[in-house]
Amino acid sequence: MMKYANFPGCSANTTGKSFTISTNYVAKKIGCEFVDIPDWNCCGTSAAALTSPELAVALPARSLAIAEQKLPGLDVVAACAGCYKSLRTSLVYARKSAENLEQVRELIDMPYEATTDVISLLEAFSAPEAREAIAAKVVKKLRCLKVACYYGCAMVRPVEVCDFDDPEDPQSMDELMALIGAEPVDWAFKTECCGAAQQMAVPKEARPMIERIFQNAWANGADCIVTSCPLCMLNLDMREAEINKARIAAGKEPFDIPCYYFTELIGLAFGGQASELGIDIHFHPAEQLLQKRAQDAIELEKAEAAARAEEERRQAELAERIARKKAEKAAKEAAAAKEGADVGKEDAR
Amino acid sequence: MRAIDLSAITDEDLQACAAIAAEAGVDLKDCYQCGKCTAGCPLAESMDLMPREIIRFLQLGDLETVLTAKTPWICAQCDVCSTRCPQNVDICSTMRAVRLASKHAGKQPVREADIFDDAFIANVKSHGVSNEQYLAAAYNLKSGHLMQDAGNAIRMLKRKMVGVAVHNSQGRAEVAALVDRALAADAKRRADASGKGGEA
Amino acid sequence: MSRIGVFLCYCGSNIAGTVDVEAVAEMARTLPGVVYVETNKYTCSDPGQEGVKNAIIEKGIDRVVVGPCSPRMHEPTWRKLLADTPVNPYMLEVANLREQCSWVHKDKAIATEKAKDLVKMAVAKVARLSPLHSTEIPVHKKALVIGGGIAGMQTALDIADAGFKVTIVERETSLGGKMVMLDKTFPTMDCSACICTPKMSEVGNHPNITVKSYSEVESVSGYIGNFEVTIREKAKYIDYTKCTGCGACETKCPSKVINEFEQGMSKRTAIYKMFPQAVPSKPVIDAEHCRMLQEGKCGVCAKVCPTGAINYQDEDKLTTETYGAIVFATGYKLIDWKPLYPEYGGGKYPDVITGLQFERLVNASGPTEGHILRPSDNKEPKSVVIIKCVGSRDPNKGKAYCSRACCMYSAKHAHQYLDKVPDGRCYVFYMDVRTPGKGYDEFYMNTVHDGAQYLRGRVSKIYKEGDKLICKGEDTLTSQQVTVAADMVVLETAMVPADGIDELAAKFTVGRDADGWLVEAHAKLRPVETNTAGIYLAGTAQGPKDIPDSVCQAGAAASKVIGLLNKDKLESNPQISRVNEALCQGDGACANICPYGAISIVEKQFRENSRKVTRPVAQVNPGLCQGCGACTVTCRAGAMDLMGYTNESIMREVDALCQW
Repeated sequence: MMKYANFPGCSANTTGKSFTISTNYVAKKIGCEFVDIPDWNCCGTSAAALTSPELAVALPARSLAIAEQKLPGLDVVAACAGCYKSLRTSLVYARKSAENLEQVRELIDMPYEATTDVISLLEAFSAPEAREAIAAKVVKKLRCLKVACYYGCAMVRPVEVCDFDDPEDPQSMDELMALIGAEPVDWAFKTECCGAAQQMAVPKEARPMIERIFQNAWANGADCIVTSCPLCMLNLDMREAEINKARIAAGKEPFDIPCYYFTELIGLAFGGQASELGIDIHFHPAEQLLQKRAQDAIELEKAEAAARAEEERRQAELAERIARKKAEKAAKEAAAAKEGADVGKEDAR
Repeated sequence: MRAIDLSAITDEDLQACAAIAAEAGVDLKDCYQCGKCTAGCPLAESMDLMPREIIRFLQLGDLETVLTAKTPWICAQCDVCSTRCPQNVDICSTMRAVRLASKHAGKQPVREADIFDDAFIANVKSHGVSNEQYLAAAYNLKSGHLMQDAGNAIRMLKRKMVGVAVHNSQGRAEVAALVDRALAADAKRRADASGKGGEA
Repeated sequence: MSRIGVFLCYCGSNIAGTVDVEAVAEMARTLPGVVYVETNKYTCSDPGQEGVKNAIIEKGIDRVVVGPCSPRMHEPTWRKLLADTPVNPYMLEVANLREQCSWVHKDKAIATEKAKDLVKMAVAKVARLSPLHSTEIPVHKKALVIGGGIAGMQTALDIADAGFKVTIVERETSLGGKMVMLDKTFPTMDCSACICTPKMSEVGNHPNITVKSYSEVESVSGYIGNFEVTIREKAKYIDYTKCTGCGACETKCPSKVINEFEQGMSKRTAIYKMFPQAVPSKPVIDAEHCRMLQEGKCGVCAKVCPTGAINYQDEDKLTTETYGAIVFATGYKLIDWKPLYPEYGGGKYPDVITGLQFERLVNASGPTEGHILRPSDNKEPKSVVIIKCVGSRDPNKGKAYCSRACCMYSAKHAHQYLDKVPDGRCYVFYMDVRTPGKGYDEFYMNTVHDGAQYLRGRVSKIYKEGDKLICKGEDTLTSQQVTVAADMVVLETAMVPADGIDELAAKFTVGRDADGWLVEAHAKLRPVETNTAGIYLAGTAQGPKDIPDSVCQAGAAASKVIGLLNKDKLESNPQISRVNEALCQGDGACANICPYGAISIVEKQFRENSRKVTRPVAQVNPGLCQGCGACTVTCRAGAMDLMGYTNESIMREVDALCQW
């Protein structure tokens, strides 16, 4: 049964709105239930880690302790990669030793056993049961859409904390995209950092990080980038216009790479409309490409159907020719046999 | 450029560098300066010292250089350095530990980064959750970058991603108490450590 | 009453620096049975030994305790000394005051107390020892060399030239090992094939050498001078007595298989010779890929063979022979870097190749006939990055050790590339340049003058943009992040032990280190011997090394073998297990635990309570027993006793430690 405790994260109803909408759409279709952790609080993300190790452990632990009490037996799912990393870092710390666990209990002033596991939304949707359900619900394969799956850094590193997919070349999102008919491209920046909060704190220094991600996706033939984190999405989607402006000023070709949440594309393959999935409120225009590729897919399918028909026709023709040759041969043999028999008869005489 | 007088490096400096490494769970002697951390760092081109050099100055005991370096403040904590390090040196955690040591020593080589984190934690402390629009506003005010992302704010408003309403967690008082408790524990640990260092 | 002499050593300041040797001597004088105590600055020196001998005779000493370094180091020295005196060489106990005392302690008071305890124990034990006598064992004057690479071939040739018979077992279908894959050899740049293939044919034609190619060791028993080894010669499906090596079969075989010798960069047929100069110069059929052997149809090779040498019914053959000595020359392989370095593409970029692939690319008889063309599109790379220490000096992903030869062969690769592609650029990422060898550093500096750009730093990531491989590194000498858009990348990967060495070493009870390399008996003093008597090491089986060092070691191993085979008889070690048949229950626990297969259970007749009874008892083969003592602690009845380390003498040591 697919039922999880949900840690929405602070951007769920703001900058990550489309992620939430499309996740709910997909979850409903595949029969996956998310129950929000009552009275959850901010995970603290990198700001807490860069303020105090104690704070970095305590903030996520409070939400986990509530989940443990109020939603026993359910794994916690975090959609945002930043939340996922913070929650898991705190959990791994608490599980490391009895002293650590006791320290965390004191910090949050609550009973806590660190029993509830934390997984990412990508991991939840990559479970065999979810994959089967997704495959079953696809009504419109997103053929011809070349996607660069972007996991970001927090989903896979540090390995001791995440322990989910390969830190250099993860595959889970690529597999989901292949499942809905899209074409994942092989590219090299799947887990390069988008800059996270540094895009705000030190924007001048951090901007090239985003540009390089677009650059590598572009160079490897991707139409678009698919993400699994609202902060990565914001950094890429919202800042693409600014980067393009700078590129044009420098005499370089601007990018035209829309970004999507992986849940948006799954929802689309389920037959959902762009507006039902939040695709209409992206910063970089995101609908045109999908329409174009849908058209390409129709053309491709037409061409394939024509090729199939041609192949069938050729096969039929071949079969007919073989049948004709066989018949001729049989007739000849029959005639020869008859002649032989006649000769035999004559010999016998 | 300057020359470093290694004999002028004090025992206290060496101990402080060792304490930073200990907080990061790192044995500085493991690092053989291959530079793979710098090579893969997505922000190295904007740093004043390469990540490798931060480790090197810690090895030398040059505390002042380490605490005033911008590098740990520019670091995005993406952990690619630690993941690929042949000697299993956790460079990323070292950056964090240096940054905290620098903060507690009252240095702010990159003011904006410090202001952002403080604004973030203040936001969480008052609401239990982070309200991105107020975080951005508070950051812009405090850092003096008043117009940063102003265009984007308008784009967000248009898309109804943000509004004026403040979101509050029901347990925000609990969260505020938790933040205070954690910061007090942090302060106590630091005081104990420096007490010990003083005795030594 | 025994008359014990105690001889304590200062070992210069090695022992005396941490142990008050005179205080220990003072204590020793009070111990029961001790009639004489002497201290010496260097007991093992000639005058030191002379002094011990004189004291033994003058004082009428009948058993001896020495307190010097470890028995591993000098026990043979003391035994030899005693053989020149009336005292039996086994009436000796070594109290290890150096390795197990002075070297591991800092506090002199504590170390001195411990030294006293060690001497007490030794005195208690030596009082309970009985004289032991060795017996003679014969030596089979024939050697087995495992591995037919340059080290194995050199060992075999040296032994054979000394007049002894040698068998080489080679797992592959030809002699030559890794060396024959190489293009040129540093620092002189001789053509590798030109110096390796003559050795191969010399080995193949030597009257004293038998080459068993495509063969592996199946099992082994016995001991020094008398190893009984069974060798499995894999089915070649070709009758070598008929085959002339004409090669007609190879030209007609329809099955195409990835060519291992060319490092996967070309195809071979299912019936194949590894390479044109192979020894034996005859093909084998790779059964797994042969259509006839797999599907029962084809048979083209049999049709074209002019001598009727093809035999599809061929089977593996087992032969057993006795050898006096064995040499492990099992070599190395390159580490499989692909799963370890996803940041270098993990194998998905065909133009990221290994050093051995580069050797084939640059070789005139390789897949590109010596033109440096990159695998993906057969274009000449105009920019090549060479990365050293891939898998070496990388405890996180690979091995902690330095692979020793890579600095030189990467310099060679850079030199060869710049020689063949004069308008090309070559960048070498290194951590250190290690060139200790004759003419080695000069060679490296020449490569720098050829124009190779050396950059001190490890590459963090290789990724593709367009048809370029972007390499991101740091030039740590200028503290700058650097990128190179390369056309081809050569990874100089770590050496690791050859496949299957774990099982093979276990069969011969040869030790391996944590990385799997075979362990020498002593790094400095017995570098080519193993801890199993009669088994020797040559080449990279022992650890990474280059060709000159491998050949050197091969000669050294051969000289040890020749020394052994020159003897007609050997003295056996009398410190072996003995069965007290009256106590033995015959349950076989000892036989099960014995790592050398030295114990068997036999039915024996006894007279008990004046009746004849037949019951099973353990029997120790004195030739096989290595005296490890595992059986003595396993035997519940206490029927097993190790001579020289009897249960009683050990108990007396414990008594001395606790009660004296």
